[in-house]
Amino acid sequence: MEIIMSVLAGILFATGIYNILQKQMLRIIIGTALVSHGAHLFILTMAGLKRGAPPILTEGIEDYADPLPQALILTSIVISFGVTSLLLVLAYRASRITGTDNMEELRGNEHE
Amino acid sequence: MLTSVLLPFIAALFIPLISKWKEKVHTGIFVTLIPLAVFIYFIQFIGAGFEPVTREYSWIPSMNMNILFHLDGLSLLFLLLISGIGTLVAFYSIYYLHTSEQLGQFYVFFLLFMGSMLGVVLSDNVYVLYTFWEFTSLSSFLLIGFWNHRERSRYGALKSMLITVFGGLSLLGGLIFMQVITGTASIQGMIEQQELILNHEYFPMILTFLLLGAFTKSAQFPFHIWLPDAMEAPTPVSAYLHSATMVKAGLFLIARFSPMLTGSEWFFLFVSGFGIITLCWGSYMAVRQTDLKAILAFSTISQLGMIMAMLGFGTDMAIFAAVFHILNHATFKGSLFMVAGIVDHETGTRDIRNLGGLMTFLPITATLAVIASFSMAGVPLPFLNGFYSKELFFDASIHFNEGAQGAVAIMQSILPYLAVIGSIFTFVYSMYFFFGTFRGESNMDKLPKKPHEAPIGMLVAPAVLVLGVIVIGLFPELINQPFISHAADSIKAGDIDKSISFWHGIKLPLIMSLAVLAFGTILALSRPKWQGVYRILPGKLSLNSFYDGTVKRTETYSTAITNGYMNGSLARYVRLIIGAIIIVTFSIMAITGSFTISNEDLSALTAPEIFIALTMVIAAVGTIITNNRIAAILILGVVGYGLAILFVLYRAPDLALTQLIIETVTVALFLLAFYHMPQLEKKTETKRKKSLNLTIAIGFGALMSMIGISAHSSKAFDSISDYFLKTSHSLGGGDNVVNVILVDMRGLDTVLEITVLGIAAFAIYGLVRLRRHKDEEG
Repeated sequence: MEIIMSVLAGILFATGIYNILQKQMLRIIIGTALVSHGAHLFILTMAGLKRGAPPILTEGIEDYADPLPQALILTSIVISFGVTSLLLVLAYRASRITGTDNMEELRGNEHE
Repeated sequence: MLTSVLLPFIAALFIPLISKWKEKVHTGIFVTLIPLAVFIYFIQFIGAGFEPVTREYSWIPSMNMNILFHLDGLSLLFLLLISGIGTLVAFYSIYYLHTSEQLGQFYVFFLLFMGSMLGVVLSDNVYVLYTFWEFTSLSSFLLIGFWNHRERSRYGALKSMLITVFGGLSLLGGLIFMQVITGTASIQGMIEQQELILNHEYFPMILTFLLLGAFTKSAQFPFHIWLPDAMEAPTPVSAYLHSATMVKAGLFLIARFSPMLTGSEWFFLFVSGFGIITLCWGSYMAVRQTDLKAILAFSTISQLGMIMAMLGFGTDMAIFAAVFHILNHATFKGSLFMVAGIVDHETGTRDIRNLGGLMTFLPITATLAVIASFSMAGVPLPFLNGFYSKELFFDASIHFNEGAQGAVAIMQSILPYLAVIGSIFTFVYSMYFFFGTFRGESNMDKLPKKPHEAPIGMLVAPAVLVLGVIVIGLFPELINQPFISHAADSIKAGDIDKSISFWHGIKLPLIMSLAVLAFGTILALSRPKWQGVYRILPGKLSLNSFYDGTVKRTETYSTAITNGYMNGSLARYVRLIIGAIIIVTFSIMAITGSFTISNEDLSALTAPEIFIALTMVIAAVGTIITNNRIAAILILGVVGYGLAILFVLYRAPDLALTQLIIETVTVALFLLAFYHMPQLEKKTETKRKKSLNLTIAIGFGALMSMIGISAHSSKAFDSISDYFLKTSHSLGGGDNVVNVILVDMRGLDTVLEITVLGIAAFAIYGLVRLRRHKDEEG
């Protein structure tokens, strides 16, 4: 299962990077979201996908899923949410001011 | 001794204060006293029984850098030249520079230069030597560009800076090599370990570096091109730096290291070879010039070449002649520059085509000029010091150790001929300089000013130098025993007992001198007839245009390279970054063979997970394919919810909760942004770019998968999570281990994550609310 999940994470990375390489800002942000999904899945997979109980202590259960990567991913989700929303608002403002969301056209002046 | 080196630097600090009242008292009057004091201090060392003196002052002992001064005959010769001519030049500049000039700046640079030059010749520690060496380059740069409103001055200053600093850095390389090999930073200490360096495998590199440093500083072929352009400096500067002192720093360096290097025949070939080429080329080019100072600049180049060649010969007589000529050249060249300055000052032009017949107007100047230029030409008259050193030069060029083989023998056989050719042209330009300026027809109407004799103060300094020419010429023994012989001893590390006399009897050197006189006179008289030869050589083979071309091409190419990869396209930079990551990581994987795949420790395949994984793959690919932006956003949502379900399946309830909420909010935000943004359209890309993007994306995905698989297949040690599971209840007082980790065990992460969210919120608020552009209100 871990191999399949690694491949899935790899596909998420690949599609994310492909989106980032596009010209439109919205696509780039979609790409970053895909990359962060891939990264979260990656962290979870790396810890091993053993079946155990959810890491909530209960009488009589000895085997639990690894809680540490879950805590790390939880932190990461929140941070990438913050960044994504900031990026969205930036893209919104940039397209309002410049009238375009094509990255190739957002180049500044020739000699800056 | 340290005080004498520091005195000019300290005085330079006070010059700006003094120069405030320059309207009343010329700043140069104070400045003259400083080299004079140094001169008086060092003159006490002169004497037949001179012994080297060493002083050490602590600077950075832990790095082998102490200010170590070693005063021997060679440094004493240079010290007296620097301070003596420094005094005369400072005095001369009082009359040369008007008080409307930026006198404060001039004298600060001047003193800075003098102090660093004193440091160069006194230093025994190579790093201290290098420090002072670069200081001379720097102050020379400032002095050449003194009239910085002139384009030519700035050009000359930049050129000299680039060339001498190039050489200075090479020199530093050579010095570091030698310090590492011998383990000492003292030059005397290195000379004692001569064998170690000569037989070291890096010796060719050391020699190249040292010679590059010396050749660039002393304007040897082909690095001589900066010196003629440095003539844009005020004339006192040209007289001081570019004839008497700084350009001899390279000679000093060669002389200083020659006890160590003379053992190598490469040293002989390079130093003598380049020296003699410089002698011939410099004297040949000097005849072509029309500017008085340019003639003198090429003359300096050729005379430096002659001294360099003699240092390369390495025989007793050659060393003695080299030292003697260093002194002689300083006397007559310094005075000739001052003469050129007087002519410029009194007539308003330095162009020799407009000058002529000035003898009747400037009789004293003409007298000084005739003695100095005849001495430079080596005319056989018993009161001209230039004759003696030229005679010794000829003598040295024919007396060599017999039985040499190969290139050395060929070199030895052609040296005397080249020496004579160089001297013939030296004779020609010396005559051209004097007769072109002071004899012939006078064309008064072409001169900007009506010429009249210079003020007496301006004549004092060249007169003193010309007096030196005559005194050395009449009584060479007077300076030989107490002074020159010590300098030669310290180069040769042995006793050189040479006496100078005018009449040797009819021997080969005298015949050579007479040949120079005869051919020189013929060529000088017929000069206009063969001037056309300069159209053939150098013709288009100008070293200056090569330099200019190199500077220009370097700029063009570097601009082209920068513009080539920095085109402002974000996608290109991402491609470069990701591409580099892929190439580097794959190479490391291939080299170390670290890709492993193992079936151990895997969890079982189950249908629901595979189904969800497939859905996510389809959705992720869908975000690329769709042209509909609302579809793209919704499909992105599918990926997010798929991930949430995976979290459920993998026993991560908190993650699943968070992921669901966040995904919902994100999709909502996307939709908000979507409302305002232009329609998603398929931006047409070239096929090449598309496949490149695809390759990079797939490559990166494959890379991450492989890393994941390898990392999972080779687990080094167990997780520390058992600790969290065991102590969550007892230490944290909670049963939800993930939450206990977040707020209790690793609470700092959470605090900062809250901060991140807060900052993002403020930034978004700022972006939405703060408007600068009026046109987008609403």
